[in-house]
Amino acid sequence: MLQTNFLKKQFSNPLVLASGILGLTAASLHRTVQNGAGGVTAKSVSLEPRPGHPNPVIISKKYYILNAVGLSNPGVVEAVKEFIKFKQLCATPLIASIFGGHHDEFGELAEKISAAPIDFLELNLSCPNVSHEFGRPFAFSTEAVTIITKKVKEKTKIPIIIKLSPNASNITEIAKAAEAAGADAICAVNTLSGMAIDVKMRQPILHNKHGGVSGPALFPVALKCVYDICSTIKIPIIGTGGVTSGEDALAMIMAGATLVGIGSAVYYRGENAFNKITDEMEKIMTEEGIKNLEEIRGICIH
Amino acid sequence: MHSLKITKIIDETSSVKTFYFPHNLKSRPGQFVMLWLPGIDQKPFSISFDDGRTFGLTIFKRGALTDKLFEMKINDRVGIDGPYGVGFSIKPDIHHIMVAGGYGAAPLAFLAEELIIKGNNNIDFCIGAKNKDSLLFTQRLNNIRLRIATDDGSSGQKGLITDLLKNIITADSRPKFIVTCGPELMEKKVLDICNQYNVDAEICLERYMKCGVGICGQCAMDDLGICLCTHGPVVTREVANKIKEFGVYHREKSGKKKYFI
Repeated sequence: MLQTNFLKKQFSNPLVLASGILGLTAASLHRTVQNGAGGVTAKSVSLEPRPGHPNPVIISKKYYILNAVGLSNPGVVEAVKEFIKFKQLCATPLIASIFGGHHDEFGELAEKISAAPIDFLELNLSCPNVSHEFGRPFAFSTEAVTIITKKVKEKTKIPIIIKLSPNASNITEIAKAAEAAGADAICAVNTLSGMAIDVKMRQPILHNKHGGVSGPALFPVALKCVYDICSTIKIPIIGTGGVTSGEDALAMIMAGATLVGIGSAVYYRGENAFNKITDEMEKIMTEEGIKNLEEIRGICIH
Repeated sequence: MHSLKITKIIDETSSVKTFYFPHNLKSRPGQFVMLWLPGIDQKPFSISFDDGRTFGLTIFKRGALTDKLFEMKINDRVGIDGPYGVGFSIKPDIHHIMVAGGYGAAPLAFLAEELIIKGNNNIDFCIGAKNKDSLLFTQRLNNIRLRIATDDGSSGQKGLITDLLKNIITADSRPKFIVTCGPELMEKKVLDICNQYNVDAEICLERYMKCGVGICGQCAMDDLGICLCTHGPVVTREVANKIKEFGVYHREKSGKKKYFI
């Protein structure tokens, strides 16, 4: 019922672990598969190891999670070892995620990571939490997205996914630029820029002062971005942002998404969120007489 | 997030202090809190005391956050989140052998006091330290059978705390339950002994943590893939036996593996 074909790969269900949640190790990714994920995205990887920002890096609240982890990762060499280990454990589709400070870095990373047994390569052009280091996200600029997409396409045969930012004023223009430059798919969206202040301490809580908002508060924003992008381009979309229920996931698909990213739901519904959400999707589909997801994909777009 | 004022500071040793806060944390022994000093860092600390009115954290001075904390005075404020994680089981009937290495005594002292409240005085509390001056809680635990091992023999038995544990396990055949907290290689030895004599155990582990709620994946343990912040920090002997990285390596802030030996 939930079988999904994405860029010629079969997914047992459309739910994929979003980048940055769990996903640091092969064992963690594999556990997510055991908990019902149809596919997994590993944590974003850079050329060299990065410790990320000092704590606090994550604040979890009733309606949102705010994070500024700062792209901590053990570097591409260590990450590739984990990808190999993951593929020894299961055949589930694996999306690697990369980021760099310059288009050449993306090219180098794409080349290095292409040796790993990954199915897709996501370019994280949209992290809102490293601006002091990298300047404004590449996903704010059609030019930057075009250059990086072309560069990576030259260096790898693995299908690439461009992850976009809801903070960009023109997300559909950015998506169009990515498609025109040769991107195979879009992941929309990354987190929304935000902050939290502790009143008694009179201080921003995150060490980075500001961070990215995910969780239920992000869902309607992400849904509209996905809807707008799907109305504009032809390549498939991973709809990500605040999906915590089967109803949310089906709404994403009705807005045109092919796959649905799951991140903060691991906090709101537990690590078994994937199984819970697919159960809910099947229940609604049965009640509504929907036989498969193709029937409803993009049904709201006119 | 609770912004709490320090109400009492006890110098336990030259490098360990216990800080007390006026708050009903509703914690269980083995659980932890995240302690935040704005602009510096936030780190997990296991709870060493909680009587429902006040809780205490026993802290070893070893980095920027703890250096700053050690300069703080009564009425200074810190940020506290929690309690987080799974604590020790409270078993009112069985003979407990507690194996505390260094500041690992913190959660075990709390557990011992809880057990006594529940009517279980059958506790051997083994404390290991370098020397007499670095022993923790010998006053606080004076109503419990204390078994001491020091590296230099300046207090108690000279030698390893794990030898002490073996002696107590083999002294009689009555059922026993082992709980331990301390340096990981010591904990691994404790686990090996528990396996050897087939004694049930719970072990309080430590890993670098960020979110505390099982989403960032920083403390995911190989090969189970469980996050220690939500599935631990206290794990059973069965789970510890399945954690391949236990006693072998942990992960740095970047996620890069760091081997214990």
